[in-house]
Amino acid sequence: MPDHKSFWKNSRKAYRFLIVLCGVAFIAAILVFYIKGDKVDDNYEDVVEKDPNRIENGIHVRTGLIDAPGLTETVNNCTTCHSAKLVIQNRMSKARWQATIRWMQETQNLWDLGDQEDIIVNYLVTNYPPQKKGRRQSLSDVEWYTLK
Amino acid sequence: MQRRNFVKKSALAYLAGILGADIVYGAKMPMGYVPLGLQEPDPFTLFDKSKEMVVLNDRPWNMEAQAHLLDDAVTPNQYMFIRNNGIIPEDIDVDNWTLTLDGESVKERKSYTIQQLRTEFKPYTYQLTLECGGNGRSEFDPPAKGNQWTIGAVSCARWTGLRLRDLLEDVGFNDDAVYIGYHGADVHLSRNPDKEPISRGMPMAKALQDETLLAYNMNGEDIPLAHGFPLRLVAGGWPASVSGKWINRISIRNQVHDGAKMEGSSYRVPCHSVAPGEKVADEDMCIIESMPVKSLITYPKSGAMISEGEKMNIRGHAWAGELEVDKLDYSIDFGATWRPCSLQKPNNRLAWQQFSASIDFPKKGYYEVWARATDSRGIAQPMVLPGWNPKGYLNNACHRIAVKIV
Repeated sequence: MPDHKSFWKNSRKAYRFLIVLCGVAFIAAILVFYIKGDKVDDNYEDVVEKDPNRIENGIHVRTGLIDAPGLTETVNNCTTCHSAKLVIQNRMSKARWQATIRWMQETQNLWDLGDQEDIIVNYLVTNYPPQKKGRRQSLSDVEWYTLK
Repeated sequence: MQRRNFVKKSALAYLAGILGADIVYGAKMPMGYVPLGLQEPDPFTLFDKSKEMVVLNDRPWNMEAQAHLLDDAVTPNQYMFIRNNGIIPEDIDVDNWTLTLDGESVKERKSYTIQQLRTEFKPYTYQLTLECGGNGRSEFDPPAKGNQWTIGAVSCARWTGLRLRDLLEDVGFNDDAVYIGYHGADVHLSRNPDKEPISRGMPMAKALQDETLLAYNMNGEDIPLAHGFPLRLVAGGWPASVSGKWINRISIRNQVHDGAKMEGSSYRVPCHSVAPGEKVADEDMCIIESMPVKSLITYPKSGAMISEGEKMNIRGHAWAGELEVDKLDYSIDFGATWRPCSLQKPNNRLAWQQFSASIDFPKKGYYEVWARATDSRGIAQPMVLPGWNPKGYLNNACHRIAVKIV
């Protein structure tokens, strides 16, 4: 019996040691996961934390539109059906931006813009005004190369 | 572990929110993977296009070539411009695709399967020039609204299909027929099923020409999706919007077709020339038919430098809508003097023609090589912008490239 008892005593010691060891390993594992896990999770954190409406260098990254008063109204009303690229590549006077909105309302299912219309038209004509081109422009952005 | 799961779970919820659907098996998605529905589509892979093509618009898709990409006599798909007014149809089922003929002037409403169109009508192949009516729009002043095409919205592929005439004769039409109007499977940008993004057409005279095809092949293969698979009209020499894509219905009309983009300022220009920026009354606007004479220097690419004493070989294409190009001249002194290029005959009517020349430059310096085509009626390309029009159509001003002799 004493043999038996001492066996249990010894085993308890061994178990205790094992439990402590496991505990330390567990804590270490958690720490490792925290440190390593942060790196692995980078992609997810990007998605979670990056603002879809963030501005970089004065440009609304998601649409490419210029950051200026009226941006939000323009993004919300003018990029639902078509790409912002269609806005950005155009240059118009106030009257012609207005006429374009009318045309979209008459033929393309654009809704009534209410009091947002003035804000949007002002944004467009301020940031995308017509540029004088004359009857023929000079060749620009020529990439020179040696022709073989 | 918990935090990691939390991050992953909240990311999945966020993604699901954007997609408007739960991501089933989201937990099994590899870390860092972006679901297909969210990926910024790469249009070059999506449409099998060269990376040198220029994207003007991604909703709807519009893409143009650059001059040097169009060097092939027969334009391959990878350099062919894309012009869409609506959303490209999804889930096309060729086996169950039908083309219906209807309209006031049709003898009897009738439908055909693709198989019938392929087997019951004689196939014809033509090389046909398709140029967007708005090609060159970017140069107009005051600017015109719409996609700002530069020079690359033109192509000349080999199209195979049946003659539209054979089909119209098969179904039968009354003497009062004046126009055909097409209807396609593309979807309006607003996703309103009652609206068509574009539904244009052509007068009977154009519809009955030998070369006007209802095509099912391009360059010997199925038409690529972006170019109208499985069936499109090809009316060479006219604004490319006449050549409707994804065609499922053709109406034989007893009046000028009044579908989407037939009216207002769409594909119409002032009947009489107007001052730049002038307002034009609706009744003074005329539908564009044949495209004007034009040419493009496709070799060398603008910006070429050669050594003094070397010759420079140039080449390119010229086209003239319904007409043939009679003459192609080049100038290296801004139009003060012109010299002739050699010019080939077209492969068939309405195909573009190849020109070439070998140029001597007198001394070192900056030059521009200008090309000017003249059509069979003696009308030549202008060096400056042609008549202004509200939507900036028909810019056929001479193309030119920059050259340095060093």
